Amino acid sequence: MSDIQTPAPTAPAVASTQTAQLPQLGHIRNPGMALDMDWVLGAQANRSAIERRCATLPGRRSVKKAHQAAWLLKALSCIDLTTLAGDDTDGRVARLCAKARSPLRADLAQALGAEGLTVGAVCVYHDMIAPAKAALAGTSLPVAAVSTGFPAGLSPLHLRIREIEESVAAGADEIDIVISRRHVLTGNWQALYDEMAAFRAACGQAHVKAILATGELGTLRNVARASLVCMMAGADFIKTSTGKEPVNATLPVTLVMLRAIRDYADRTGHQVGYKPAGGISAAKDALVYLMLLKEELGRRWLEPDLFRFGASSLLGDIERQLEHHVTGAYSATWRHATS
Amino acid sequence: MSVSDILESMEYGPAPESAAEALAWLDANSRRFGHFINGTMTEAADTFETRNPADGSVLAEISQGTDADVRAAVAAARAAQPAWAGLSGHARARHLYALARLCQKHARLLAVLETLDTGKPIRESRDIDIPLVQRHFYYHAGMAQLMATQLPERSPLGVCAQVIPWNFPLLMLAWKVAPALAAGNTVVLKPAEYTPLTALFFAEICTQAGLPAGTVNIVTGDGATGAALVDAEVDKVAFTGSTEVGRRIREATAGRDIPLTLELGGKSPYIVFEDADLDSAVEGLVDAIWFNGGQVCCAGSRLLVQEGIADAFHAKLRTRMASLRIGDPLDKCIDVGAIVDPVQHARIAAMVAANTAGETFVAPCPLPDTGCFYPPTLIAGLAPADPLMQEEIFGPVLVSGTFRTPDEAIALANNTRYGLAASVWSENINTALDIAPRLEAGVIWVNGTNMFDAAAGFGGVRESGFGREGGWEGMYAYTKGPSTAPAPALAEGIASTPDSIDRTAKMYVGGKQARPDSGHSIAISGAGSQLLGHVGAGSRKDIRNAVEAAGKAAGWSASTAHLRAQILYYMAENLAARGAEMTARLAALGVAAPEAELEDALDALFSAAAWADKLDGAAKPVPLRGTAIAMNAPVGTIGIICPDGAPLAAPIRAMAAALAMGNRVVLVPSPSAPLAMTDFYQVLETSDVPAGVVNIVTGPAASLADTLADHLGLDALWCFGQSALSEAVERRAAGNLKRSWIAPQPPADMRETLRHATTVKTVWIPWGA
Repeated sequence: MSDIQTPAPTAPAVASTQTAQLPQLGHIRNPGMALDMDWVLGAQANRSAIERRCATLPGRRSVKKAHQAAWLLKALSCIDLTTLAGDDTDGRVARLCAKARSPLRADLAQALGAEGLTVGAVCVYHDMIAPAKAALAGTSLPVAAVSTGFPAGLSPLHLRIREIEESVAAGADEIDIVISRRHVLTGNWQALYDEMAAFRAACGQAHVKAILATGELGTLRNVARASLVCMMAGADFIKTSTGKEPVNATLPVTLVMLRAIRDYADRTGHQVGYKPAGGISAAKDALVYLMLLKEELGRRWLEPDLFRFGASSLLGDIERQLEHHVTGAYSATWRHATS
Repeated sequence: MSVSDILESMEYGPAPESAAEALAWLDANSRRFGHFINGTMTEAADTFETRNPADGSVLAEISQGTDADVRAAVAAARAAQPAWAGLSGHARARHLYALARLCQKHARLLAVLETLDTGKPIRESRDIDIPLVQRHFYYHAGMAQLMATQLPERSPLGVCAQVIPWNFPLLMLAWKVAPALAAGNTVVLKPAEYTPLTALFFAEICTQAGLPAGTVNIVTGDGATGAALVDAEVDKVAFTGSTEVGRRIREATAGRDIPLTLELGGKSPYIVFEDADLDSAVEGLVDAIWFNGGQVCCAGSRLLVQEGIADAFHAKLRTRMASLRIGDPLDKCIDVGAIVDPVQHARIAAMVAANTAGETFVAPCPLPDTGCFYPPTLIAGLAPADPLMQEEIFGPVLVSGTFRTPDEAIALANNTRYGLAASVWSENINTALDIAPRLEAGVIWVNGTNMFDAAAGFGGVRESGFGREGGWEGMYAYTKGPSTAPAPALAEGIASTPDSIDRTAKMYVGGKQARPDSGHSIAISGAGSQLLGHVGAGSRKDIRNAVEAAGKAAGWSASTAHLRAQILYYMAENLAARGAEMTARLAALGVAAPEAELEDALDALFSAAAWADKLDGAAKPVPLRGTAIAMNAPVGTIGIICPDGAPLAAPIRAMAAALAMGNRVVLVPSPSAPLAMTDFYQVLETSDVPAGVVNIVTGPAASLADTLADHLGLDALWCFGQSALSEAVERRAAGNLKRSWIAPQPPADMRETLRHATTVKTVWIPWGA
């Protein structure tokens, strides 16, 4: 049973006023729906077949030359540039935000016709929202805050909800919540739904990403089911991981989540975003994620309102590859500004 | 296009693989090729063009092999064979290892050359065909190494004629050449007319590997060259290609006492249950029917979906089809390349145009303006009665229908003349593992499709051919056991006491003694023309009834091995109880050593009973998380024509082995001494043998053999000690491509008979929680 007081299970997850278009969205926000247990329990995920699809994709799709440069710019624009460390300070966050505003060296941006390109968002802990907002003043870059007792999500529920409210009050545009893995592991889908719906309600106008912590869910079938439940409860994005689990974003988990998003869009008409986080640090890996996204969900999802990379070191590799594209010579880390 | 434009469109853009090295190799050969005979390339002569189907450009001029070329190649192979077979297994292993390594070293060039010649996407030739080629040579290097110790009783056949198709040119070469060489044979191989280039490059590899001259010979040309090769003085014919040509090869090799393996067409079912991972099953179809443009003998071309999810599944499938990319096969971003030749394209188009049933959906994917391309196509809502549900299209065209229950899925899946491969998708282990072995196919993939490995046997049943390629079972196709002596001839019988009351030996059909349909009897005599009795003069109708009865006894194939063993032991028990009577009968029929023959028959029943639960299958170490299980499945209904001699022991040796493996038999006893087997009816009747499992038809062997060989419901026909019949038996067996086995009598070592009594069914089971 659920341990929280939230709307009745059959009621829409959020009020109609919240279906309005958010500033950072190019589409109608997912309003959620009643928990549909037949759908949830009918979800299947064949691990071997999913792994085969993922293993062969890099051999089936390839982008070269100008196309590769463009795809790397796309990857860059979808990065949630992230710092989630115990030793974060205002200064550290300010440096990160400076990099988020100008992720590419000016000459490279100019050569690529990508002046003004920024990353997707900056992602920090609650206490770093204010310095991040200050550092990003004058830009449209959203600030995302991880919340709800990130990364384990085991603090008292009322405090987790309160944390969301505080972060929204502090100016966070996006809230990355963590789900209670125990609800998935024990098959308590109603509890997961109720929890997610409560978080979504607490977010108000802020955009909510549900972190499934897929590395702790045990099976791909659980990932598929948890994805569906969170979307039904009104998640704007579903996200793989906190970056703190032993296994974070993987292609098989991505494929399962993308297929859940596609099913949800097919049945409800609502587009939910996807964010892989943790472990994606090579530009060529980022390209494979984009390819998988394009293959499974189509061109529309290749925009920051429906796709983000939760990453920090990925940006550096993308910069080096782009310099190689512009100059023809392989690059080095120190030629690009750090964050 | 500027980077910012692409950032808008997010198109993939071109990603071409370079053809420079492959074209340079063609140029270095002046784009003209002769044959590879006795270690050297002959002068090009009487040439035809091989073209790149993606753009129609001429790649090279290829020589049309003549009868003289074929003769020269066979002579070279013949001359080289003793020395090759005389090498140690280790020495042959080193040669095969070198071939594997060289295929690896030239991997990219081979992949590009293959794509240029066939039109298949570079992804497939680079990631599938060529790696499997290497794997096959490595695997068989190991077979050469181990043959002496692991297959000590087997020896090479001699010179192997090998004719291969255009859909996987180098891979089919590897499947044919590697096991043949490993076993100590030499080969003459004819690549397909459309796609000879990688075989010609392989000739260079043979030279680089230091293979002795004449060990591998390659003669190019069209079907006429292939026919000449099949007709040549060879010791083995192996063919992969169409069922139509396979049938002609069966006829052409009839009665020549050479082994034949055929790997032919298919219309393989792809079964999706409601509890499957539907998205993965849809993705699997991409690899099932759009792999190599559907020009794959084992393509999952016949989709069967459980009715309740059919609409949802087809909707997902149509969506998936829309994102397939068709175009330049050398582009690394292409899913479906070119059709191999305009002739094949026209054939596909004509078959689709002739169809009026179902709902046709053509993938809305742009096609190149020029070149030989056909769009991925789905024809949904077909019934088994629609021709396209039965006929092989051999192109990127999927047909589909629905089913309601597991039993209906099996009935629909098996409603075909073919039996090459099948896929079954379900997340329920009970469903998947129940369905898989009940499918009439040589290869079954659970939750997957088109998985191949050198360790796992590949091949079909029914009109998809016979014989296996890969694994230990594949080595039997290129080796022979010790020769079998003929059954001892019958002598003058010993005078016997006549039956005090006239006994009427009838047919034994469906568990009952039945009068011959003809109403005629044949007198059987013993010593000094003493009348020993009459047997029925069997005719077509009796064979019809017997095969029908055997068909209805399918429960025997599903019974447990333990039960089959018990019944075989029980037969031995009851035969022994009638030992005195039986030896007297054998003596009267002219058997020189009746007691020994009785012992032989009892020993055969015990051997078969012993083997019933001991012919283990295998779990193949294939490269995936999971396994491929090689199951020894019964062949089905087997016709057995018995030799004149050993009128009790020979039939029982054959029958017992067949029964032990779960087959049903229709047996034609010794023409001169059928009473030994008609007396055996009483053993059958008292031994709990289910009705229809053993059927015995007496009468003229030649006409009964013809009827059996013609019968389209019979799965195999064994013809012992009747060499005059062997040509007709094998030629007529071409009708449904039933397996045939010609031998003097069933060998004393029952293992050979057990191999003929079984078909290896390979079930691939990937797993993952």
